[in-house]
Amino acid sequence: MSITIDKETDTATLPERIRRFPFPFLGDQYRYSANVEPANKNVPTDAGAWGAGLIDIDEFYHQEIADREAILNRDPSRMAVLPHMRPAVWDTIATLLPAMAAENPDIMSFHREGNTCRWHNGLQNLDIEFTIGDDGSLPMEPLRFLGTQIQDDIVLLDIRDNTMWLDAGLVTFAADWSFNFDVGMSFLEIHGPVPRVKEENIISRAEQFLMRLQPGEQFRRTNWTMTVGNRLDTSTETYPEWGPDRGTIAADPDMPDKLHLRVEVQHLIRLPHTGVLLFLIRSYLLPLRDIAKVPTWREKFGHVLAELPEDMAEYKGIIRYRKAASDWLLAG
Amino acid sequence: MTITALPITAHPAVEGGLQLEVTDVSPQTESIVSITLADPSGARLPSYVPGSHLVVQYGSGVNAYSLTGSGNGPTEYTISVLRVEDGAGGSVAMHQLGVGDRVYVSRPRSAFAPASTATHHLLIAAGIGITPVLSHARAAADRGTTSSLIYVYRTGAGAHVEEARELLGPGLTECSNRESFQKVLTEQLTTQSLGTHLYVCGPTAFMDSVLDQARELGWSSARLHSEAFGAAELEDGEPFTVNLVRSGIKLDVPSGVSLLETLEKAGKTIPNMCRKGICGECVLPVLRGTPQHRDLYLTEQEKAENTTMMCCVSRSEDPELELDL
Repeated sequence: MSITIDKETDTATLPERIRRFPFPFLGDQYRYSANVEPANKNVPTDAGAWGAGLIDIDEFYHQEIADREAILNRDPSRMAVLPHMRPAVWDTIATLLPAMAAENPDIMSFHREGNTCRWHNGLQNLDIEFTIGDDGSLPMEPLRFLGTQIQDDIVLLDIRDNTMWLDAGLVTFAADWSFNFDVGMSFLEIHGPVPRVKEENIISRAEQFLMRLQPGEQFRRTNWTMTVGNRLDTSTETYPEWGPDRGTIAADPDMPDKLHLRVEVQHLIRLPHTGVLLFLIRSYLLPLRDIAKVPTWREKFGHVLAELPEDMAEYKGIIRYRKAASDWLLAG
Repeated sequence: MTITALPITAHPAVEGGLQLEVTDVSPQTESIVSITLADPSGARLPSYVPGSHLVVQYGSGVNAYSLTGSGNGPTEYTISVLRVEDGAGGSVAMHQLGVGDRVYVSRPRSAFAPASTATHHLLIAAGIGITPVLSHARAAADRGTTSSLIYVYRTGAGAHVEEARELLGPGLTECSNRESFQKVLTEQLTTQSLGTHLYVCGPTAFMDSVLDQARELGWSSARLHSEAFGAAELEDGEPFTVNLVRSGIKLDVPSGVSLLETLEKAGKTIPNMCRKGICGECVLPVLRGTPQHRDLYLTEQEKAENTTMMCCVSRSEDPELELDL
């Protein structure tokens, strides 16, 4: 029993960013799977827990919202809403703001009367009244406004002709993909470059599953990659800024602090009024040095990196440094 | 309170759903009544996709009814129920509901959604089939998309006629016989622009006829939408026997009762969602006998193999079916 007590004492002293981190590996090996589960379920980890709610707000809230603002000002192509998706954007707002208020009753509130809504966000000293369906009732485009309230990237997939189409979104923190390039594509087209999944039929099975979700249903999955530097925007558009680091990090003495495990908690929600599929991507970064503070994480991640097949390591863009990272983690 | 008041336990099809109170009952015609349901605490109800239906429990059974509102942030749900004297009893029970009665209902389910890219919605309804297309017309008006409606009903027996007139104005064409409907239909099918989507709800033969004509006139199936069971319930079907090989029991499935309901009554838990042959949840392995496939889920090839069936709607061609259950 003393071991348990020691462990609890240990984790309690860990900083929040570690205790709340959605560490994704259950074992020493990773493969793609349609790893979806119902949303809003607390998941204990060896350092703490994550996942009790839908919209996670943490210590990086203001920083990430400010980063998003700066990115959008530099590059407006990170947001697009095809005209037929306007109702889905409002459906998203009418779904997420009440959820945030319910999850954070001390700092947020949402009231709706007919289409008139009042939203209070104490973190931003924001009190605002707007009308669902009336774009002019918000100080900016509705999707952009939502992007100032949540840390998640937002993707909306319309369902037509038994196919899902990426027809709207606001994605400032893409991990090695281009939102603007994918707008208008089908779900299968978007996932064309992912190795293995076509043979294993994972993408078409996932699409069938998502299209059969009933409006109002909420599921989630996790995905992961690695990032050099503490930056969430590793989009195709900014490749020249972050791409070259991947070739030098293995020999960099600061690798344990610069190299991060990036985990995405992705929510999959059939919106209640439009039936559009809302895909939220909430991204978390944790440097190797922090991961190593949790012994089981250090070992599991070290083994996952060592074992990961070449094609998957290549696709994730980690092939040039995964051995160095694995060696450092497993050296303890 | 009546016998249709809140039963002790929720039927599997409405589990995870809502307990609502009847707040209004108003006759639409001699045989159609509109029933309004609300949360007893006055809380807002979940929004729904236009054309959605509710599964409503009556006694030990359940029935699906189309919601007639736009689905945008509703505080109440309204359904309209046609009384079917020789049906399974659901509609008769629904007609006995009074204000203050409580019922178990599912969350709204979507199986007849509008196309977001449509530039115009052409709605076609016969009889009680008006209910889901009324929802479509309301949502289209909300979203600023135009819609028009061809509504066929027997004189004096039309539900929601006044609402349709108010909502659609000159976009509504009312027909009381087959000849006048056919004339309007042909005219509309040949004059729509390419962005128009067509939605039809009514008896199966009516829907088939409309869809066949549209296809013949060059409409692509992506622009054609029909509500599978909104108006016309499936035929009751012949009684048959199922032999549950692993359980070692035989059950009789009477006419008008589904195989799924029969299994549930016998204490079997069968995963299921839509109970309409669309979602694929209630698939069962068939060992012997030929199922009468009535679902929309299995492919033609899968149906021909006769090794699986959707027990919520499908029945048996043979007097007995053997199931791996």
